[in-house]
Amino acid sequence: MGKKHVSVRFRKMLEGFSLDIAWEAESEIVVLFGPSGAGKSMTFQAMAGLSPLLEGHVRVGEKVFYDSEKGIDLPPQEREVGYLFQHYALFPHMSAKQNILYGHDDPKHAGDELEQMIQLFHLQGLEERYPKELSGGQKQRVALARALMRKPKILLLDEPLSAIDLSVRRAIRGELKSLQRRLSIPMVIITHDLGEAMSMADRLIIYDHGCVIQSGRPIEIVEHPVDDRVAELVGSIQLHPERIFSF
Amino acid sequence: MEKILPALKISLLVSLSATCMILVAGLALAYLLARFEFRGKHLLDALVTIPMVLPPTVVGYYLVILLGREGLIGAPLYAATGWSFIFTWQGAAIAAFVVSLPLMVRVSRSAFESVDEDLIKISYSLGKSRLETFFRVILPLSRGGIMAGTILAFARALGEFGATLMVAGNIPGKTSTLSLSIYSAFQTGDDELAKTLALVLTAISATVIYLAGKWARSM
Repeated sequence: MGKKHVSVRFRKMLEGFSLDIAWEAESEIVVLFGPSGAGKSMTFQAMAGLSPLLEGHVRVGEKVFYDSEKGIDLPPQEREVGYLFQHYALFPHMSAKQNILYGHDDPKHAGDELEQMIQLFHLQGLEERYPKELSGGQKQRVALARALMRKPKILLLDEPLSAIDLSVRRAIRGELKSLQRRLSIPMVIITHDLGEAMSMADRLIIYDHGCVIQSGRPIEIVEHPVDDRVAELVGSIQLHPERIFSF
Repeated sequence: MEKILPALKISLLVSLSATCMILVAGLALAYLLARFEFRGKHLLDALVTIPMVLPPTVVGYYLVILLGREGLIGAPLYAATGWSFIFTWQGAAIAAFVVSLPLMVRVSRSAFESVDEDLIKISYSLGKSRLETFFRVILPLSRGGIMAGTILAFARALGEFGATLMVAGNIPGKTSTLSLSIYSAFQTGDDELAKTLALVLTAISATVIYLAGKWARSM
């Protein structure tokens, strides 16, 4: 599978708030990091076609999801985005199996694909359980299997670890990383957790007040923050000795 | 018994017909009001709700104006078919429909509004259309509220009196429902019949409410 270039640039007006977002990435793990209300989740909604945009473009590989200049605005149904909501948004009236098969065009003949997903996400024996009977980690795996069943061109994971016990987070980080390497599609992750951002990101995008204030390899950002705000957000303020001694 | 059965039959015919119409129109209106923003939304909301606060005789009066042989809808209908809603069980069903509709709309609308927005968005993202999302996600997750609204509307239709009397009159064996028959029996001093009819009506309403509650708790 060839590498996919992701290009996101858009403007959007909200009540008392504007978003002006621009970033690019390849088939890698991209982490959107920043404080609450900085526009990260809205970026996902915009990429998935769930929130209208003012202008700009959203492109994943050859596929144009949105381009205001060309008048392209694909509905969410045609965007081929695998979207994992913060609390997984599993359908509570459907079993794990029904949830996984929900997006499949021909669920009656999806036995092999279902079996693959169940193996991949270690869901054996949980197929008939309803979401309220699953743990946080199991829900997450069902939601991921559901998202991947449609063979998306990009995976958007909104705080995928926030509802999971600290003790298993590290293992799941590893699983997500190996999943991305296996699928070789861009995986964009939102997190508030700096440690999580640093350990998972191939590319880190720093959000603040509706804008992207820096993007790059995590180590580059930590070592060379473009300003004090980035330094403060990524915890590299100690790299500016003059600030320490100015107290 | 010969006075109870016809009234019971007419009551069930009228209230079940009204409930069927309410299920279709009520769900459509509730969904429209719950999930869409459009000009005139508040006006439509008020129009749907107003029969709940108006005296039923006033609703009946407006229906006569609308459906009577010289009414806005009634006149062309009578000219085309020679038939009118006035003094028919169908007229009684329309009256019961209009009076009971707000209950269905309010309860179902609240149920539709309580469906998690993320579930709707993820359904779209998983390739499902608005229609498919409605039938596979929104409707099943709102079924408790819809059931409650339907039961309330049915119970209200079953007990409807004022608007029905204005539109359909009180013709024994034709438009005289249980509620109207109780009134007639009481007026003519047949207390025994009034008591029996009142007990029948109470028993039906109580059974329906009990069964609906039981069914809702089991979901």
